[in-house]
Parts: sequence; structure tokens; C-alpha cells
Amino acid sequence: MMLDIDTLNVWFGSGRDRVDAVKAATFSVARGESFGLVGESGSGKSTILRAISGLAPQWSGRMVVDGTPLTKTRPKAFYKAVQMVFQDPYASLHPRHSVDQVLGETLHLHGFGDIDARVVKLLDDVGLGQKFRFRYPHQLSGGQRQRVAIARALAPEPQLLLLDEPTSALDVSVQGEILNLLVDLRRDRGLTFVMVSHDLSVVGHMCERLAVMQNGQIVEVLGVDALRQNAATHPYAQSLLAASI
Amino acid sequence: MMDTLLDVEDLWVRFPSRQGVFDAVRGVSFTLGRERLGIVGESGSGKSMTGRAILRLIRPPGIVEAKQIALNGDNLMEKSEKDMRAVRGQKISMVMQDPKFSLNPVMTIGAQIIEAYRQHNRTNHADAYAKAVEMLQAVSIRDADRVMRAYPHEMSGGMGQRVMIAMMLIPNPQILIADEPTSALDVSVQRQVLDIMDGLVKERGMGLIFISHDLNLVADFCDRVLIMYAGRIVEVCEASKLSQAKHPYTRGLLNALPRLDAPRDHLEVLQRDPAWSTAPSVSGRVA
Repeated sequence: MMLDIDTLNVWFGSGRDRVDAVKAATFSVARGESFGLVGESGSGKSTILRAISGLAPQWSGRMVVDGTPLTKTRPKAFYKAVQMVFQDPYASLHPRHSVDQVLGETLHLHGFGDIDARVVKLLDDVGLGQKFRFRYPHQLSGGQRQRVAIARALAPEPQLLLLDEPTSALDVSVQGEILNLLVDLRRDRGLTFVMVSHDLSVVGHMCERLAVMQNGQIVEVLGVDALRQNAATHPYAQSLLAASI
Repeated sequence: MMDTLLDVEDLWVRFPSRQGVFDAVRGVSFTLGRERLGIVGESGSGKSMTGRAILRLIRPPGIVEAKQIALNGDNLMEKSEKDMRAVRGQKISMVMQDPKFSLNPVMTIGAQIIEAYRQHNRTNHADAYAKAVEMLQAVSIRDADRVMRAYPHEMSGGMGQRVMIAMMLIPNPQILIADEPTSALDVSVQRQVLDIMDGLVKERGMGLIFISHDLNLVADFCDRVLIMYAGRIVEVCEASKLSQAKHPYTRGLLNALPRLDAPRDHLEVLQRDPAWSTAPSVSGRVA
């Protein structure tokens, strides 16, 4: 198992203002698998990703990545193995750092020596090429920015990639390109994906299994074949499917 | 076929820049009857600019040029700014993308709707209040009295968008321009909002211009679709026949969508042809 989540609770605030964002979520993702999380906004799907990556400090339960249980503080090896791609490429890149700086800094922080060669390789891997190396984010289109964000996530050679709505800020034509890139990268590098999306057809395209979430709880886990045959059993999952087709 | 509410002929929107003049909308023509007209395209294709230009909401240095933008035979291009104020809201209303940015955060919902109503009608406060409650009920808001006292941050996205629609409908406009009204909403809520708009269009015989980037949604919801690319209309078709569209751009967009019923390893990638952006605009006029 690449990722094992057992009765994960995540909350924000305390006392009267406490909000339970995720309640007793349990699922596991095999090595090389692609797992989807779907649900309405506020259902806690992004919060699960943030809890795995260490961005949500208040949690309880058990999270195991590649056989190692996660604690409140994460070792350096964790950040090498797990990387995240965010929803909005406009907001997740430093506006005054060039692509070269963004990738170079990431590689430096992870202790790589041959930074120059690796930046070149990363840009080729995400289909950007060398002419984008010294550009700033405002000189890139939305799709190109998301490619840079993916390159940054790939820099430490992770095994588990957390994708938080990676294409919802993009046009359909560009969405297709990014999804193809992610499919190729997973196949070539044997990556494991956990992908959050509100678009069931995107999850159906990318993932083998998915969990449907409502009000912080996972109400159903089903395979993509069941999704295609409209064979969800939980009433909420059924209504979500019906609304999306 | 049907009576024409709006006739747009040869509309151009230009923005002068340091690199020369940028044409955001290039020679677009279409008519709108009592129907649901969809405008689809990628970001930057000029679909929102078309909607804004109709209401003359494009501010200098932006330039709007058109042979005519005729509302019931009345050319809006020749109207003064003062006369336009009587058109905006009264005759043509617009619903924007995100209710969070269109509602005043420090005014209650009730106060905002009443203000909008009294802008156009001379009535006392009690009548305006009653009218506002009635409007909220028309958009399926159940406890309208509570919502009247609420502030925008106490609303969910779907509620906020319904409040926006209620506000737009009070003056009983003939045309509603909806600019991505459901993009910020969840699928389940999206459906509710669309149903409400659909009901209102049918009941009141309004014309609706529905601007969206979502092809499936438009195919489902509208009667006729204009497909825009680089400021031009590349194709006009019946919404129900969108899946048989002929233009390579429309085909490319349709094929780029992942489909639950037809799984594939790779999605098709849109190959852009530079000729698309230079070819003259297709007319969306119905004679």
C-alpha cells in the first residue's frame, strides 16, 4: 500500500467555533494506483489532501505513507516522496521568480547537486522546453503555468502525487493536454495519484477507484466501472452522478 | 420565425495598447428572439466582452463599434449615457459570474434588493419590501424573510446567485444576459439555478443570452449556440445538434472532453489552425 488512511479526522478552530471538516475518513491507495475524491465544495475532499501533505495541523487518526506512519512533524524524506499540485496555477507560483528560480530552488532545498541538468530535464518532461526556462509566471498561459507547477512537484522525484483540482482553472482544450501529461507521467514514472475534482468525467478518465464525500464523510468508495454503469448505491452518490451527466 | 428582441450587427470591441490595437470582438452579428441563446468559447474568445458591449459597459480606453445594436428596433449605440441607464436593468439585465463579488458585503440582502427596486420604481418602503420578498420566493428561496435580513457572507454560493437573479428580475427585463452564472457553483446547485432561469424565461417570455465555457451545459440548456474563437463566431448551430457540429474548432473542443461512457487512454488535443482566427465571422442572425 502506498497510502493508508484510517479514521482520519480533521478540524479547524476550537470550542464553539470548531468545524469538523473531515470525519472518520478511511481508504487506502495501492502503489501505482490513481484514486479520486469527489464531492461538493465544503465536503472535505481538499482537506484530506492538505492533511496528508501536512498543511492541516489539527488531525487525529492514522495516516501511513509507504509503510511509514505520519506524525505531526514530517521527516525530510516525506517531502521527497509526497508532492502536491494545487488548483490555481496563478496563485501557486511566485510572481517574481522565473521558472528557472522556482525549479532551481526546489531542487536545491531537496539537496540535489546537478541542478542545471535537472531543470532542463524537468522542463522537457512536462513538455515545455528550454525557451520557457527564464520566463516569469505572467509571461505564461494558464496551461503552461500548471505545467511548471507539475514540474516543481516532480522535482524531488516523488512517488505519491496529490492533485487538488489540477485542471478546474483551465479551458477544456488545455485541460485535455494537462490530463494527457499526467497520464503519461504516471505511466512512465510509476507514480501514485490521489486526485480531487468536482468533475466526475475527469475523475472517471483519470482514476481507477474513487470516493464520494458528503459533509466531511466518505459515503461510498466505488470502482470506475461502477461509475460508468451508474451503479452507485448510496443515494447521495447517485444524485451526484445524475447531476453530472 | 419569432419576433426579434435584439439585433446585433457587426460588433467590434477594441482596446488600444502599446503594441497596437487589440481586437477583442471582431465583427460579430447575431439576433436574439424569445429564446435561450448560448455563447461558448475558451477564455479570451470575446464572449464576455460581447455581453458587456451590448449593455455598453465597456469603458474607455476600450472602443465599441457596431452597425447597430438594436433593442426592439431602437439603436442602443446612439443612446446617451443617461438614456442607457434606463435600459440597463429595466430592459436588459446581467447576471455576473460570482455572487461574492457582485453583492455588497456590508448591506443586507433585503436592503440591496429594495435599493435596486426603488432605483427603477417610485414606491414606498413597505411595497418595495413586499416585492423583494415575492422575488426571493420566485427564485425558490424558502424563508425569504430571514434571507432579507442576512448579509452576503451568510449565504452559500447557490443562494447568492439566486439572490442576484432575483435582483435582476425585479424590473421585469426583456433580456437577461447571464455571464457564466453557474461556473462558481457545484453541479447539484448548478442544476437548481438553471431550472429557475429556465422557468423564468418560459413564464415571462424573456430572451436569454447564456455565456459559458461548458459545452455540455450549453447543449443541454440552450436552444441555439454561437461558438466563438478569437473574437469571431466560427459556427452557429442548434443546441440539440451540437454533437454533430462541423467546424474543426467545435469538434476539437468536444473531443477534448473526457467522457464517462467512452473511456480512452488519451484525450484528443485541439490542433489550432491559424486560418480560424482570420476567417470572417459567421452570422448568428435569424432573418
